[in-house]
Amino acid sequence: MTLAPRPDARPGAPQRRSLRRPLRRALRERFVEAPLLVAALVSIFTTVGIVAVLVFETFEFFHEVPLWRFLTDTQWTPLFSEKYFGIVVLLSATVLTSFGAMVVALPLGLLAAVYLSEYASPGVRRAVKPVLEILAGIPTVVYGYFALLFVTPILQALIPGTAVFNGASAALVIGIMILPMVSSLSEDAMAAVPRALREGAYALGATRFEVAARVVVPAAFSGIVAAFMLAISRAVGETMIVAIAAGQSPTLTLSPLVPIETMTAYIVQVSLGDTPYGSLEYKTIFAVGMALFLLTLALNVASQSVLARFREEYP
Amino acid sequence: MVNDSASLATGLRSALAALSADRVVARVGAAAGADSAPAFAIRGLSLWYGHFQALRDITLDVASRRITALIGPSGCGKSTLLRCLNRMNELIPQVRIGGQVLFQGEDLYAPQTDPVEVRRRIGMVFQKPNPVPKSVYDNVAFGLRINGYQGKLDDLVERALRRAALWDEVRDKLRQSGLALSGGQQQRLCIARALAVEPEVLLMDEPCSALDPIATYKIEELMTELKRDYTIVIVTHNMQQASRVSDYTAFMLAGEDRAGALVECGETRSFFTNPRDKRTEDYVTGRFG
Repeated sequence: MTLAPRPDARPGAPQRRSLRRPLRRALRERFVEAPLLVAALVSIFTTVGIVAVLVFETFEFFHEVPLWRFLTDTQWTPLFSEKYFGIVVLLSATVLTSFGAMVVALPLGLLAAVYLSEYASPGVRRAVKPVLEILAGIPTVVYGYFALLFVTPILQALIPGTAVFNGASAALVIGIMILPMVSSLSEDAMAAVPRALREGAYALGATRFEVAARVVVPAAFSGIVAAFMLAISRAVGETMIVAIAAGQSPTLTLSPLVPIETMTAYIVQVSLGDTPYGSLEYKTIFAVGMALFLLTLALNVASQSVLARFREEYP
Repeated sequence: MVNDSASLATGLRSALAALSADRVVARVGAAAGADSAPAFAIRGLSLWYGHFQALRDITLDVASRRITALIGPSGCGKSTLLRCLNRMNELIPQVRIGGQVLFQGEDLYAPQTDPVEVRRRIGMVFQKPNPVPKSVYDNVAFGLRINGYQGKLDDLVERALRRAALWDEVRDKLRQSGLALSGGQQQRLCIARALAVEPEVLLMDEPCSALDPIATYKIEELMTELKRDYTIVIVTHNMQQASRVSDYTAFMLAGEDRAGALVECGETRSFFTNPRDKRTEDYVTGRFG
């Protein structure tokens, strides 16, 4: 076969096209890119702005109140005339409610996920998962009143001497609130474990439970830890439920049956009141917010290192 | 004893029924000499995934301590048939099974049969090596542990790895991840894992399809070695492999409605050189499939 002449050598053929980008297309690309960039920058600037304000106001706060008082006082009374600034009071309440919520949500959530992933028929799974996700969509203020008006009376009937506002009720209900998150995300992680791994175990004579406990959960471990950590962050940051059900009296206690005030509940209390701008009370909410921010940051860092250490790779 | 004679009776009855219905009865077990009792007697086995029939009326004997190869084009149901032999299919929802599979005279699908016990005695090796993301040692010990072996497993692990012709290659890597081994080593690790629990049968679902020729050769050599103690059923795409390693060959083909059926089976020696069925001849001579 001989080489044919180029088609554009024929008379009337269109002119050869240049490889240069047409101007119109270049402009269009530019116009598409700009809003995308702006959208990305909005979230970055917001984050930077929040951190900057937190840092600035916290700095101001520690100008007036020394750090050691913040860390060592055992009372929290910035709104009274005799002021104490022991963050440990609010921190203990946050830890108490979050820990209680974890005790409820982690085992239940993991068991629910194992059930959904390994035991439930596809029909049951299709029905249950959306219900769980609806549970995640209930406004937290509804949960708060559920805790105060439904759970607390039950607790009071079961355990005499339980106060109207108490940590246990809030912890239980936060646990219920984050349960769908734990189970749904854990189930996703388990569903991603290859079927071949399960079949290998079944073929060795493993029961369903052995497959779940010895193959699926270890293989999905990193995803499950990620679910747990997200849930803990949610519990630590939860505001409405604790503000409504746990009370607003800062008390340094380990008892779940008395009124307490968490870090988030304190911020709400001050923000809703008529605290003048720039006053010391006003600055306390930034100091508390900073402490809360550091707490969740520490949780995130901890979860990253846990993930890095325990990751089980599978093909 | 009572149970034995009862199951023998049902076995005989179904065998007679099969004969009178003029089905393709594969009496390969009868030719096996000393081990004349078949390991598996499959009688009129059908299987449905929902409304789709994947297997139709399969009747086949599988000889004890021999290698039986299941061959056929993709989608003919040979893997499905293999998975009926250790009840792996019922892990898939909406599977229905009709007919009988007798293992040493016992009905695998009887209500009182425990699928966990079935799978412990009938081991399986899969198409893709599937070690768990744990150490070589733990992979082999896994089956032992779930079957309740206590105490020191070292000797049992070593024995299983030796049997799978892997010991010399991994003796210094027992604590390394099983996934760090090569594909062929991983597959032998899976064989070792299956052998560790002392099964009576080894089902192999295209065990070499993900391996290179040298690894394939090692696995085939191993199979020939293992058949002295184990009944082996292997599904393979590769007709050369079937003719190299197997004693008996069964050929399956999907019908018009895509339901897999048995076409022909017999001793491998005559199967490839002297097929009785025209479709078998077309397949083994490479005219389709």
